[in-house]
Amino acid sequence: MRALLTSKWTKVVVFLVCLMPLGSLGWRALHNDLSANPIEFITHATGDWTLRFLLITLAITPFRKILRLPDLIRFRRMLGLFAFFYACLHFTTYIWLDKFFDLAEMWKDVAKRRFITVGFTAFVLLIPLAITSTTAWIRRLGGRRWQQLHRLIYISAICGVIHYYWLVKSAVIRPLAYATILAVLLLWRIAAKYWPPPQPASVELPPKPQRAQA
Amino acid sequence: MLIRKAPDLTYADVTPKSLYLDRRKFLRGMGIAGAVALASTRLWNLASPRARALAATKFSGLIKSPFSTTEKQNTYDDVTHYNNFYEFGVDKSDPSKNAGKFLTSPWSVSVEGEVKNPRKFSLDDILKLAPLEERIYRHRCVEAWSIVVPWIGFSFSALVKAVDPTPKAQYVAFESYYDPKQMPWGKYAGIDFPYVEGLRLDEAMNPLALLCVGMYGESLPNQDGAPLRMVLPWKYGFKSAKSLVKIRFTEKQPPTTWNRMASNEYGFYANVNPKVDHPRWSQAKERRLGEFLKRETLMFNGYGDQVASMYNGMDLRKNY
Repeated sequence: MRALLTSKWTKVVVFLVCLMPLGSLGWRALHNDLSANPIEFITHATGDWTLRFLLITLAITPFRKILRLPDLIRFRRMLGLFAFFYACLHFTTYIWLDKFFDLAEMWKDVAKRRFITVGFTAFVLLIPLAITSTTAWIRRLGGRRWQQLHRLIYISAICGVIHYYWLVKSAVIRPLAYATILAVLLLWRIAAKYWPPPQPASVELPPKPQRAQA
Repeated sequence: MLIRKAPDLTYADVTPKSLYLDRRKFLRGMGIAGAVALASTRLWNLASPRARALAATKFSGLIKSPFSTTEKQNTYDDVTHYNNFYEFGVDKSDPSKNAGKFLTSPWSVSVEGEVKNPRKFSLDDILKLAPLEERIYRHRCVEAWSIVVPWIGFSFSALVKAVDPTPKAQYVAFESYYDPKQMPWGKYAGIDFPYVEGLRLDEAMNPLALLCVGMYGESLPNQDGAPLRMVLPWKYGFKSAKSLVKIRFTEKQPPTTWNRMASNEYGFYANVNPKVDHPRWSQAKERRLGEFLKRETLMFNGYGDQVASMYNGMDLRKNY
């Protein structure tokens, strides 16, 4: 398992898999299969995948601990950046295909419509995280400060789920499913902080270079 | 942009149903194979009444309505694959996938309440009430998209006259069919069923209010509200209830589904109005399916000449 997780090729495969939602949109576009309202279809697909990648990113730490697979950390930055990538596509669809780059109109939306206010917040909060995702930035900020900054992902994910919840007309089941998963991932963190599980001596690993964890 | 549909594709380019169905004639022409195919079709019809409900009836001799728009119609494909019909699922693509087996024959609609002649109409009774017209209407959804559809039907007023409302009748409530067995997706829709919509009696009597039995020259597909629905082109689409089983004349304003669900978002009137936004989105513009740029939304969806006088003196901001 360890060899698989640390293999260079696994990273390449995961990268390609993360591109599949975009590939699917491209394929559908080529085959005229984006429904009667392609812009809405693209908006919903990119929004959905942003939320999914945020949740997957947030699931890395719990899975590392629960499954005792610390090497999963190798994928966290990439998954987080994919969340940002799909968020960018989602935002671009909105600003381009919905607002046609009418910035005044966009700001009116952001100020007036709470689901856009909260969605815009979720997006903006991801920007500093994407910028400081490099190793150089971790060094520059120092592990602790970097880690504190990157806790913004919690707020971004919460805002993202609320954005979805406020957007639907009546079918709240899907946004509530995202909310439930997010709640579990966040509650796990609280539980792990205040009630850390006893570490059996046998699985203790030799000390490794300090890596930031969020 | 790849997402654009081929702009030169119009409804005329869609394979006509007659040609499409000719596949069967072709089979029949294949001698024995044809006979077998034909026999099995017949058997299937006997065994399953649902199969009959799936076949579309063609309407002929339709009167061309002066209310029709000359705007470009949306494709049959768009109008049958992009639907809000929450009983069959909440995604736009769900009704076309899930409504296929919906049993719409035999069908009856009960007209009751404050009327002198309450009665149950079969679909055939309905078709005898008035000559069928083709009316090409703009249809504007509260979600800010729109389509142009050649509906088939006649003014709802013909039914009103047949049942003769009492002087007490002030409103009409329209109730849609609901059967959790045929519509198991309804459980997850987040709204209460059966779906109920309503009109003031004068609105229901407006000649534009269409009692609709078909579109594109044939009977309504299930996902578009078969076999009988309302079409109210000056109101947001959700007012036009589908698959009607009950029409009730009442003294008081009937409680309506979306209004009960969120009265601040969906008013009883729900007249198309670009100046009154939905609390969560603007109603100033709309996306006509098949078009890239958004277009301006028109007051009363462009039907002001026919309907504006019904709302004289009313504050349309309050009565949204």
